[in-house]
Amino acid sequence: MFTYYLNLALRSFKRNRVLTALMVLALGLGIGASITTLTVLKLLSGDPLPQKSARIFAPEIDPLTADSTTPADRLFRNWGNLMTYTDAMNLLHARKGKRQAVMALTPDKITPQEAGQHPFFSDGVITTSDFFGMFDASFQYGSGWSAQDDDDRARVAVIAGFLNDKLFGGANSVGKALRIGDQDYRIVGVLKPWAPQPRFYAVNLGGRGYGNGDAVFLPLQTAVADKVNTQNVNCFDTGVDINHLETAPCVWVALWVELASASDASAYKSFLSNYVAQQISLGRMHHPEVALPDLMAFLAQQQVVPDDARLQANLAFGFLLICIVNTVGLLLAKCLRRSREIGVRRALGATRGAIFAQFMVESGMVGIAGGVLGLVFAELGLWAIRHQPAEYAKLAHLDVSMFVATFVIALIASLIAGLLPAWRACVVAPAPQLKSV
Amino acid sequence: MQIQPILAALKHHKLATFLIAMEIALACAVLCNAVFLIAGRLSAMHINSGVDEASLGAIVVTGFDPKRTADLNARMLAGLGAIPGVESVHAISSVPFGPQWGVDGMTLDQAGKKFGAVVEFYLGDPGTPKALGLKLVAGHLPSADDYQPSQGQDYFPASSRVLVTRALAEKLWPGENPLGKQFWAAKWQFRVIGVVANLSVSQYTENGEHGAEWCVFVPTQAGGQLAGTYLIRARPQDLDRVMVRARAAVAKIAPDVVLDYANSHSIPFLRARFFQTDRAMAGLLVGVIVAMLGVTAFGIVGLASFWVAQRRKQIGIRRALGATRGDILRYFQTENFLIVTFGIALGVVLAIGINLVLMKFFEVPRLPLWYLPVGAVALWLLGQLAVLVPALRAAAVPPVVATRSV
Repeated sequence: MFTYYLNLALRSFKRNRVLTALMVLALGLGIGASITTLTVLKLLSGDPLPQKSARIFAPEIDPLTADSTTPADRLFRNWGNLMTYTDAMNLLHARKGKRQAVMALTPDKITPQEAGQHPFFSDGVITTSDFFGMFDASFQYGSGWSAQDDDDRARVAVIAGFLNDKLFGGANSVGKALRIGDQDYRIVGVLKPWAPQPRFYAVNLGGRGYGNGDAVFLPLQTAVADKVNTQNVNCFDTGVDINHLETAPCVWVALWVELASASDASAYKSFLSNYVAQQISLGRMHHPEVALPDLMAFLAQQQVVPDDARLQANLAFGFLLICIVNTVGLLLAKCLRRSREIGVRRALGATRGAIFAQFMVESGMVGIAGGVLGLVFAELGLWAIRHQPAEYAKLAHLDVSMFVATFVIALIASLIAGLLPAWRACVVAPAPQLKSV
Repeated sequence: MQIQPILAALKHHKLATFLIAMEIALACAVLCNAVFLIAGRLSAMHINSGVDEASLGAIVVTGFDPKRTADLNARMLAGLGAIPGVESVHAISSVPFGPQWGVDGMTLDQAGKKFGAVVEFYLGDPGTPKALGLKLVAGHLPSADDYQPSQGQDYFPASSRVLVTRALAEKLWPGENPLGKQFWAAKWQFRVIGVVANLSVSQYTENGEHGAEWCVFVPTQAGGQLAGTYLIRARPQDLDRVMVRARAAVAKIAPDVVLDYANSHSIPFLRARFFQTDRAMAGLLVGVIVAMLGVTAFGIVGLASFWVAQRRKQIGIRRALGATRGDILRYFQTENFLIVTFGIALGVVLAIGINLVLMKFFEVPRLPLWYLPVGAVALWLLGQLAVLVPALRAAAVPPVVATRSV
C-alpha cells in the first residue's frame, strides 16, 4: 500500500511541478537555515570535558570590601571563580578536592635560540601542577611538573605540540631550554593537541572563548616570582601596589577543583563556607556568600555563547515557521484541487484512513526532498560561517547527529504541514464530487 | 469596488485565507524586528572617530624592557620617520579601533566622592593632536610646556592640562563652560584647556555605561608609559605602501622587540576589522529578509493561482454578464489587499511581542513605532506584486468559459 501511495504522490508531483518545486525550495531554505544555526549553537554550547565535566567545579567567593553593595550573584556572574592570590593559594593548599589548580593567562614573549629568527608572542597559562591531570591534557613527550616544582619555584615549562613543531620541528624537546621573557625555562613536557571548546578556563581570565589551545604552560609561583604580566586584573579596593599583585586587593587568578564524585559537591561547598566564615572572623573578608557551579553551570553563568549566535538561531526558526505555514497553504491548495480524485477513490472503497495516509505520505516525501535540499543549504551556510571573522568560525562543521537531525526536522516539519491538508482531504464527501460540476 | 462580495467569497475559504494572513503576520513581525536589528548594527558602524582616518596608521610593538623606553622611542621615532612618504611619527598610547590603553573612572572632586564618568585616556607626545587631525572647538591646543614626562611606571603626569571631547564636556558639565574645570582619576589631577569636536574610544561596545566619545587627551612626553605604539601620518594615497614598509622596518629598527602584527595597520583597516562581525550579522539578516519575503511572495502566488484556476467558471460567468477585465483584475487585487491587511493587523501585535521578548533576553532596544507602518506598506506592496501575475491570468479568462461545462 505504501508503495502505491508513493506512486500516487510522484504522479501528483509531476502534475504540479512548479508548486512542488516551490514547496521543496521553501522547506529546504528553512531547514538549511535552522540546521546551520543549530550546528553553530551546539558547537558553542558544547561540553569541553564530556567525560568528567560533572565532577569539575568552580568555587566562587565574594572578596569585596565591607561597604560594597554589589549583590553576590551579580559579582559571580561577572567574575566567576576569580579570586585574590591569597584566597586561591589558601584553598589550593587545603587540598580538599581530588585535584585542584589555580591559573591565570599571560602573553609570553618567546625568543627562539636559532639566529635570524624573530621573537614572537604566544598565549600562555600560568598554573599549578594538577592542571594537566584535572583537564585531561595528555602528553606526547615528558610529563607535567610536580607540586614540589611549584613550591620550589622551578623554571620549568610545558609546551603545546604546535609550538614544539614550530621551535623544534616536532622532535622530543624535553630537557631543552626555552627563553620566555627574560628567563630560560627547562621544557619538561610536550602536550598532544589539546584545545577544549569552549575554552572554559579562559573565559573569565580575559582570554577568548573559543579557538586554538594555549602554547606555553608555566608554574604559577615561578611566574609570580618572575613578575610575569597577567591578563584581566580586577582590583576592588584602594592602595593597590601593581608590582605586588600576590598581596594586592585584586582578583586575577581562577581556582578549579575536581572532586571524586559529583555528590561530594555539598561537602566541598560547606568547606568553602567555613573558609569564608573563618576569613570574615579574621577581618579579611566581609560577605559570606559562596557558590560552587559545576563546569556546565559555570559556562551558563558566564554566558559564554555569544548573543549573536542565539539571535541567529531564533531568527532561523522563525524563518522555518514561515516556511512551514507556506507549505501548509500550498499543500492545501493542491489537495483541494484534487477533490474529484479523492471522491472517486472514496467511492471505489478507500477509507478515510487510507486517504489520510496517502496525503501524509505525499507531504512526507516533500519533507525528505526538502531535507536533502536543506542539507545542501546547511553545507553552504556552514561554509559561509567558516569564512566569517568569529573566533569559532573554523570549527563549524556538520556532524553525524546534525545530519540525522536535518532529516528528522524535515520530516516532522513536513508532516505537521501535511496534517491539515490531509485531514481536509479525508473529510471530503464523495457524492457531490462525482456529479459533473 | 464592492468589498461585500469579496468578503462573502473569502468566507468560503476561511482556512486558506487564514494561512496567507498568518504567513503575512509572521513575515511582518520578523521583517520589522530584523530591519530594526540591521539599523542598530549600521548605526554602530557609523561611529565618528574624530581623526583623519584616511591618513593615519599605527605601529605597535611589545616585549620591550619598561625601564628602557626612552631608548626604544628614540629609535622607533627616528627609524619610522625616515621611511619615504611618512609625514610625521608620534608616540601615542592607543588609536581609535586599535587596542585599548587606559579606561578609568574619574571624579569631579579630589576626595574621589563625586563620580563623573568612565572615560578613555589617550596619551600623546608633542604635535599628536595636529597629527590626529582633532578639531578644536573651544580653548587652545596644549603648548610645548604642557607636555610633561610621566614618572617611572606612573600612568600620567601628576597634574596635566588636557583636551576633552565635546560629548564628555556636555556629560560632565552640562550647560557650563568646560574650560578651566578640573577632575581627578585616583591621585592624578587634570585641568581642561581645550575642547575637541570628536574623538571616539578605541574599542566601543554598547555594553556598560561608557559613551562612544568620552575621551580625554593627555599631553605627555614620550617615555615611561608612553612607548610601544606609534602614530604614522602619511598622504592617503601613500598610506598602505607606507604601512607595509613600516612593518618591515621594525625588525631592523628594534630587532629585540616583537611587532604586534595584528594591530599594526592603517586606521581604515583597523576600523573595517573592528566592525567585521557587525557587517557579517547585518548581511545575514538581509539574507534572511530576502529569503523570507521570497518565500512569502511565492506562497501568495501559489495560492492565488490555485484560486484563479478553481474559479475559472465563475470568472467566465462574470465576464459574460458584463464585467470588464479591469473588474476581474481589481477583484483579485482587492481580495489580496484585504487578506494582507488582516495579516498585518496580526503581524503588528506579533512584531511588538517579539521585540519585547528580544529586549528581555538580548541587548535590544525598544522598536520605534514608525517601523510598523513602513513594514505594513512593504508587505502591501509585496502582496500586490505577488498577486499581479495570477490576477492578470484571471483577467484573461474569456467569457466563453461560462458556456462550457466543466
